[in-house]
Amino acid sequence: MKTVEEIKAAIEAAVPGAGVEIVANPSASAQHSLRLNPQHAVAVARFLRDDEELALDYLSNVTGIDWPDKEIAEKVKVTRAVTKTVDGVERTADEEVEETVKRVEPGCLEAVYHVFSVAKKHGPVVLRMRTANRTDQVELPSLTPIWRSAEFQEREVFDLYGIVFTGHPDLRRLLMWDAFKDHPMRRDYVEPDDFEYEPTAHDAVLARALKHRAESQAQEGKSGA
Amino acid sequence: MTTPGLARRKSKLDDWNRPPVIVPSGDGELLEVAMGPHHPSTHGVFRMDVALDGERVIRLKPVFGYLHRNHEKIAEGISYLASMPYTDRLDYICPLTNNWAYALAVEKLTGQEVPERAEYLRVILGELTRVQNHASSIGFLIQEMGASGTPLMYAFREREKILDLFEALTGSRMMCNYMRFGGCRVDATPAWLDATRKVVAGLPAFIDEFEQLLRSNEILMARTQGVGILPPQLAVNAGVTGPMLRASGVNYDIRKVDSYGIYNRFKFSVPLGDHWDVYDRFMIRMLEMRESVKILEQALKEIPGGPVMDAKAKIRGFRPKAGEAYGRIEAPKGELGFYLVSDGGPNPYRYRVRPPSLINLTVLEDMCLGSDIADVVLIFGSVDIVLGEVDR
Repeated sequence: MKTVEEIKAAIEAAVPGAGVEIVANPSASAQHSLRLNPQHAVAVARFLRDDEELALDYLSNVTGIDWPDKEIAEKVKVTRAVTKTVDGVERTADEEVEETVKRVEPGCLEAVYHVFSVAKKHGPVVLRMRTANRTDQVELPSLTPIWRSAEFQEREVFDLYGIVFTGHPDLRRLLMWDAFKDHPMRRDYVEPDDFEYEPTAHDAVLARALKHRAESQAQEGKSGA
Repeated sequence: MTTPGLARRKSKLDDWNRPPVIVPSGDGELLEVAMGPHHPSTHGVFRMDVALDGERVIRLKPVFGYLHRNHEKIAEGISYLASMPYTDRLDYICPLTNNWAYALAVEKLTGQEVPERAEYLRVILGELTRVQNHASSIGFLIQEMGASGTPLMYAFREREKILDLFEALTGSRMMCNYMRFGGCRVDATPAWLDATRKVVAGLPAFIDEFEQLLRSNEILMARTQGVGILPPQLAVNAGVTGPMLRASGVNYDIRKVDSYGIYNRFKFSVPLGDHWDVYDRFMIRMLEMRESVKILEQALKEIPGGPVMDAKAKIRGFRPKAGEAYGRIEAPKGELGFYLVSDGGPNPYRYRVRPPSLINLTVLEDMCLGSDIADVVLIFGSVDIVLGEVDR
C-alpha cells in the first residue's frame, strides 16, 4: 500500500491542480488523511477508484463532522503610547504592552470518507472535504456517482449535519422526517422543549420544568396582551 | 422476463450507480403499497414504499428512522466507557461483536494493547455470536417464506444454549457490556470453558440437521434460487459487506484482510457464492457457521492462562490525544466500524457507527426490481438486518 505522500503525488500527477493537502493524525492509529479541494473531488475520486495500482473500489464509511466557529484568545504584544506621571511630570512614551486579542476562527462542516480496496485488500485511505462555512455555503460535491455506497450515508450527513451534496441522485432526509427543520448533530443544536408533566420533578428534570413553566407563562402573557 | 441483475451484468462500471429502469407494461394502473413499518416481515419498524404493476415491483424506496434515537449524539456527551453498554443496543442480536468493534476503535485511538487471553476470549465470544446470528437469521428467512415456527425454533434452541453461556460469563443474555479498552471485564472460569466446549461439540450435529432439513426442501429451492440476484461489481461498489458480499462471489472477509485481534492464528476458509441469489446467501451463512465452529475448536484448545485486562490500562477518565481512528471488524452482518475523533477531552468529539445493516440495504431496490412482491419479503430477509443498527 502506498503512503499518503505517494498517493498525493499520484493524484497530483493524474488530476492537474487537484490541490490535495495531507492532514496529519497524531493519535496512535496514525491514519493520516487527504483533504480534497471540492472542485476536483469527483475527478480525484474517479482516479482513486479506477487507478490500477490503488484500485480503491470500496467506499466503506461516509460521515460528517461539525466544526463550529471558534473563539481564540491570544496574548499579543502591542507597542503603544502610554502616558505616565513620573516625578510629578506627565510623560508620554512608547511602551510594549501585553494584550489579549480575541479572534474568531470561522467554522465549517466536514465530510469524511474511508475508502478501501477489495481487489487489492488494502486501506483505509481517508478523504475529507470542507464546506466554506456553516450557514449559506454548505455545498460539497456528491461522490455517489463514483461509489454507490455513499447514497444513504450522504443522505444521513445531509439530514443530521446539513451538508448539501450536489450531484446526489436522491438527496432527502434519511432518519428524521421530511418536515423536520434543524440538523440535530450540529454542535449548536438546541433540543425542543418537550417537557412532560412529572409529579416528583428533581435535579435536571426540575430545572427543565422551571424553564418550561417560565417559557409557557411568558407566552401566555404575550397572547393575553 | 429477464432478471434485472442478469441483464445488467455486462454494462459499464459507472452504470452500476443507477438503479435499472423497469418499464410498466402499460395495461393498468400502478398500485402503491407501504410495506411496513408494522409488517411482520420487516424485522422491526422498517417501511418500503413499493409501486406495483400487477404483482411486479416497479419501484421500491426504503424509509428509515422509525427507531432513530441519535445514538451518536448521545455518545458525544458522555465518556468513552459510558458508550460501551449502549453499543449492545445497536445490533441487539450480536451485542458482543458490537462491544468488540468499539473497543477495537478506542484501542486504535489510544494505542492500547490487549492481553493474549482476552484476545482468545474475544474470538470465542465473537464466533459464538456469529453462529447464533446466522442460525437465527436463517430461521427468520424460512419463517418469512411461510414455514411458520418450526425451523426458527430449531435455530432458537441452539441460540438458547449460546445465550446461556453469555449469561454465565457476562451476567446478561443480550445486553452483555463485556469488553473493555485493553481486555475484557471478567475472566472465564474453567467450568465456563468446559461448558462452552460442550456446546461447541454439539454444534456440527445441529448444523447437519438444520442443513438437511432445509437444503433439500423443494419449496425452499423453488422460492430462493435465481431470486434477488446481486452482481459482484454492484455489491462492491455499493459497499455491501459480510455474508451478502461473499454470496456474490467476492472474497473479502475482514478477519482475513485485516486479521485484527489474533485471527491470523486460526485455520479457516471463506465460503463464496456462485449464483449471487437468495439461496446462496442462505447457504453461505450455513457454511460460515461450520467455519466458525472450526475457529471455536482451535481457540478453545489453545486458550492460554493469564490476565484478561492489561493492568496498566485506563478504562475510565482517560483523555486520548487529539486525533482520530477508524476501527472495523467482521461482524456477523458485515463490516461494523467505529470512527472516533478526539479533541483531547474525556468524551469523543465525534463518534460514528458504520452500520452494515443500513449500507447493505443500498442495493435492496436493485435486487427487488422486476420481481414479484412475494419475493421482496425473501430478498429483504436474506439481507439480514436489525433495525436497532439501521436507525441508531
